[in-house]
Amino acid sequence: MSDTVLSTPVLPAVPPRIALVGNPNCGKTALFNALTGARQKVANYPGVTVERKIGEFLSPAGTRVQIVDLPGTYSLRARSPDEEVTRDVVLGRFRHEAPPDAMVCVADATNLRLHLRLVLELKKLGRPIILALNMMDVAVARGCRVDAAALSAALSVPVVPTVAIRRNGVSGLLDQIDRSMMAMTTDLAAAPCGWSEPSARELRAYHQEVEGILAAALQDAGKPSLATRRIDAALLHPAVGLPFLLLVLFLMFQAVFAWAAVPMDMIDGALGWVQAAAGAALPDGMLKSLITDGIIAGVGSVLIFLPQILVLFFFILVLESTGYMARAAFLLDRLMGGVGLHGRAFIPLLSSFACAVPGIMAARTIENRADRLATIMIAPLMTCSARLPVYTLIIAAFVPSRTVAGGMIGLQGLVMFTLYAAGILSALAVAFVLKRTIFKGAREPLLMELPSYRLPSPRDILLGLLERTRIFLARAGTVIFAIMILLWFLGSFPAAPDGATGPAIDYSFAGMLGHALAPLLAPIGFTWQIAIALVPGMAAREVAVAALGTVYALSETGDALSGSLAGVLAADWSLPTALSLLAWFVFAPQCVSTLSVVKRETNSWFWMLMMIAYMTALAYGAAFVTFRLSTALLGG
Amino acid sequence: MTSPVSGLRHPISTSITLGTTSDPPSSGDGCRLGALRKGQRAVVTGLDEAAVVTPLPPGELERRMIEMGLIEGARVEILHEGFPGADPLAVRIDDHTLALRRAEAHAVLVTLG
Repeated sequence: MSDTVLSTPVLPAVPPRIALVGNPNCGKTALFNALTGARQKVANYPGVTVERKIGEFLSPAGTRVQIVDLPGTYSLRARSPDEEVTRDVVLGRFRHEAPPDAMVCVADATNLRLHLRLVLELKKLGRPIILALNMMDVAVARGCRVDAAALSAALSVPVVPTVAIRRNGVSGLLDQIDRSMMAMTTDLAAAPCGWSEPSARELRAYHQEVEGILAAALQDAGKPSLATRRIDAALLHPAVGLPFLLLVLFLMFQAVFAWAAVPMDMIDGALGWVQAAAGAALPDGMLKSLITDGIIAGVGSVLIFLPQILVLFFFILVLESTGYMARAAFLLDRLMGGVGLHGRAFIPLLSSFACAVPGIMAARTIENRADRLATIMIAPLMTCSARLPVYTLIIAAFVPSRTVAGGMIGLQGLVMFTLYAAGILSALAVAFVLKRTIFKGAREPLLMELPSYRLPSPRDILLGLLERTRIFLARAGTVIFAIMILLWFLGSFPAAPDGATGPAIDYSFAGMLGHALAPLLAPIGFTWQIAIALVPGMAAREVAVAALGTVYALSETGDALSGSLAGVLAADWSLPTALSLLAWFVFAPQCVSTLSVVKRETNSWFWMLMMIAYMTALAYGAAFVTFRLSTALLGG
Repeated sequence: MTSPVSGLRHPISTSITLGTTSDPPSSGDGCRLGALRKGQRAVVTGLDEAAVVTPLPPGELERRMIEMGLIEGARVEILHEGFPGADPLAVRIDDHTLALRRAEAHAVLVTLG
């Protein structure tokens, strides 16, 4: 770790960098949004599995300032991969990056104790600090009175009250940043870093110091939030809490499908138009095939899920910013503990219903490596939205559209629900096995703050959705783009010989692979057409639908394809084959994006290969049992 | 920083069971946070992580608890209990609320009141 002093004055060419540090739930992200607006982006550190949010703003004095939003933490002794980012950035441990020139420590004014302890720890770093007393409006409303001047004197750092969610609520902070920048250019000799990992004794000493500071600066601690206590009395009630959580989740899934339907149709229509336009503009040949069938169709098949992912993240962001997400983890901790999972695993698993990629990334907040790995390993078993097109197609083809239980329940919906339930139950079973074999050991303790309830800020939700969109589009434009081109190549070369009777894909590398795989897949009832479709389907599950269309030499696309394909399949496949394929898709690890993010997040090929191995084994086993059982029951 | 209702003292319940049968360190009345029920208030008198099973390295649980405000002198109150088994606990600690499991709460020595 180098703690080199800034050797050059802060030049306009290199904007000064400020890091935002603070406890979770202190409104840090809201403050970051208030400072930067939409001028922010998420970037990866080179070579490490870490994301950081960077923004820029112009200070009142006209200095361009770069600001880094760091994951919330209670201490610099990092416990989770998330908190390691914070520690490493403020300590300047990243190789390609100097430590920040200054830090803005954000504290919740209503709850100063824990925050001030972190401030004392940060002071040891010897870098300029500004303390932002955030959520001053809430503090005042609760009768909390903080003497900012006395606090500043006791801490010997500048203290600025802020209200991140209010217009002009950060003007005082902006002015202070300017003053601190001025001081930095004249006083370059930053103190050396005096931080070392504190012992329990030192932590107690910090707390003692905080008590002394509070005695001097806190005139009235105010009343705790009565509303929060009353809401919790209902929402954490043993009889009400879990049913309410289930209701919230039910509404969320309803919304994911209902709200996303229209924009998905629009994207579908737009893609069809682009594909047709490109097809008309380009001369027939390889290039046209690559662009229309490979790139537009391939990337489009992923893009179409953006609306569903955004609806899901809208709910997740709202639940997080209101403070309910911590309650959900509280309510589920005991139940998830039954299979050895941590209550915190709830958020990653919930995200995985939209897409396992953000879900696996959200597992970073889990402190214990074994808990985190267990969560990552089961996340793809949650039924992600990419499985839906496959499920929909097969259900439409094979499950009659009638009702059961006296007209109360649609049979098709019941099958869909069963598939979801199969995913969840198998995830719990896998977690149970993992926690008793590979990830043995007592559970990581739960020490989680339950923040006061808050109304979500529309701006913060909007910026959060924007961030998700950017990340998603970046993935669709890079990894998925490249893989689609590769799969197009496999599906197009070598070209069909003259006078060929079968579809062109039959003669390609993908076709050869499919034919080679067919004997392996015959015991589970898969036809050779399915075997071929599974090869391009390696990229993403929903691609298998398009691939089936190709194999059956259908020329339609989109809804028309699904419609006519369902008819072809109903005529060509037996019911056991269809059920077997459904069982296969509950478990099959057919998503290159997921596998690549597992490799990145675990920083190991081993866990990625483990995932492929165990999911393929489960998929094969489940499909085998389904096929044999249903054949026996239905008489073939 | 004083709790508005700090004058209220709950009578020491006789139904409190000690979390561990192993010899409790001689501190206060030997009561542990993990044995309290909803509505009870107490003051933290010490931390004894040796009393609980944890995958963490020695000293780590104690340090995490201190970082989350569980420190000698902190006033605590059980606000809510989870389900099933009245676990985990939502504990008011001075100005904030912490969720923790009874198993680990047994590492927190308290005196009622």
